[in-house]
Amino acid sequence: MTILKVSDLTRNFGGLCAVNNVNMEIDEQELIGLIGPNGAGKTTLFNLLTGVYEPSSGKIELNVDGQMKSIGGMKPYAVTRLGLARTFQNIRLFKDLSVLDNVKIAMHKNIKYGVLAGIFRLPAFYAEEEKVEKEAINLLKIVRLDHKKDEFAKNLPYGEQRRLEIARALATHPKILFLDEPAAGMNPQETGELTALIHEIKEKFKVTIILIEHDMSLVMSICERIYVLDYGKCIASGSPEQIKNHPRVIEAYLGEEI
Amino acid sequence: MKKMLNKANLYWLLFCVGGYALLMGLMSAGIIDAVNQTVIQTIIVNIILAISLNLIIGITGQFSLGHAGFMCVGAYSAGVMLKQIGGLNGFFIGILIGMVINAVLALIVAIPTLRLKGDYLAIATLGFGEIIRIIVLNMDITNGAAGLVLPRVVDFTILFVFMVVALLIVVNFTRSAAGRACISIREDEIASEAMGINTTKYKVIAFVIGALIASWAGALYAGNFYVINPGMFTYSKSIDILVIVVFGGMGSMTGSVISAVVLGFINSFLQSFSNMRMIIYGLALVMIMVFRPSGLLGTREFKFSSLFKRFTKKKEASQ
Repeated sequence: MTILKVSDLTRNFGGLCAVNNVNMEIDEQELIGLIGPNGAGKTTLFNLLTGVYEPSSGKIELNVDGQMKSIGGMKPYAVTRLGLARTFQNIRLFKDLSVLDNVKIAMHKNIKYGVLAGIFRLPAFYAEEEKVEKEAINLLKIVRLDHKKDEFAKNLPYGEQRRLEIARALATHPKILFLDEPAAGMNPQETGELTALIHEIKEKFKVTIILIEHDMSLVMSICERIYVLDYGKCIASGSPEQIKNHPRVIEAYLGEEI
Repeated sequence: MKKMLNKANLYWLLFCVGGYALLMGLMSAGIIDAVNQTVIQTIIVNIILAISLNLIIGITGQFSLGHAGFMCVGAYSAGVMLKQIGGLNGFFIGILIGMVINAVLALIVAIPTLRLKGDYLAIATLGFGEIIRIIVLNMDITNGAAGLVLPRVVDFTILFVFMVVALLIVVNFTRSAAGRACISIREDEIASEAMGINTTKYKVIAFVIGALIASWAGALYAGNFYVINPGMFTYSKSIDILVIVVFGGMGSMTGSVISAVVLGFINSFLQSFSNMRMIIYGLALVMIMVFRPSGLLGTREFKFSSLFKRFTKKKEASQ
């Protein structure tokens, strides 16, 4: 079943066409890779899909309870509420808060008591807070950070910060998880652990994952399908094998044969 | 219900009742003289102002300089009602009217201006505060520049109760889901929005709660200090409140309370230096900010629960 459909999506910044007529169709529980040289428009495409930018033209449709709903131009928080969650290329954790609080904040949309119940400490407050705490610790266990729950996020090593960002995105109960360069700056061992973690998350949460990555060993080993962007255009899509041997992709990365 | 009566909350209750009884006893026994009583009243009003501004600046990270405007509305609503109806009834009706006006004003100001960031927001709210003052200055019912002379209807008990309720509201708000949302806006607005938090909504909520509590402070001021006039609510009053918040540590309610008390006593102590007063006060502020750049407490809070933990740890260590 299609969960996300992108048709003729375009975004211009002045004279620059950062994303040019991109079409995508993504099924439930697929693991999609999005690759391309630097400046190809991958992050811009993410920002369009998660509501940070408004599309100049084209449509983004998300499957909400069996019906395709257009989400192009919606505010980021509204998009997240519909089930899209993301991590950031340059980590954006809440640095001065504890690891646990980082996850708890992301659970906001699922908390069922209002502002007044919080102020007057109604029974709903205690019940929900207990649930939130339990779930947050469970999520931290999955990314193996539960022993560091009281540390400041900024004091974690780089690889753990990346994992915390993933836990935080999962806390919003997403249907689609967008990972923007999750392995950037990681050493081979950390990348290996991350690969296993992504697999585990996909199995456990039945979530669709779309990731941008420059580390080809990671992309080729876990992605079921790959889209390749170059100068804003989608130049190829298909299985890792097809992409590896696609002439346009080789040209984009290595240049033309003379 | 069980959770509400946990150990820490019980200690807080005892702490409040004890503090109240102690101060009340010292006052009626004459050990705290009339001058110091005035200092304590000022401190209580300042605590309420500081925690309400801390909610906006320290917790939500929205730099507002219009707080004197909200205090002004609260003071004049109570003042006018004291004149028209009189007595405690008039005072409480005044508080309610002040809260309604402030809620509407805060909404009108918040929705367009909270899109602005940092310095721009500060300038916009500064302008708002001045507009309120100019309006009050030019109305008949507020008696213009001469201001209002009022009977004193507020006693120490009322002041203390309002302070405790204001603290409870602000602290409970901060430690609920809504408070977490506000803190996340302060930390990183883009990430916060990506986590499904409607940032505009929570900025507005924090701003409105802050404005409502500031109107209590204004009303208590009017009901306690006999005279109000527009000159008391200039932007320099907003700065005074800001100083208390920054000095105590942005985001720390305990810090705001302690800094209001400390600055209150420094101020009253310096009264005897007359001309040199502001110079010494300014110097003291500079020194404190040099040695504690993030305020007295930073973002830390005093908690009975962590006190217990430290205590039991020590016990275990000694055994």
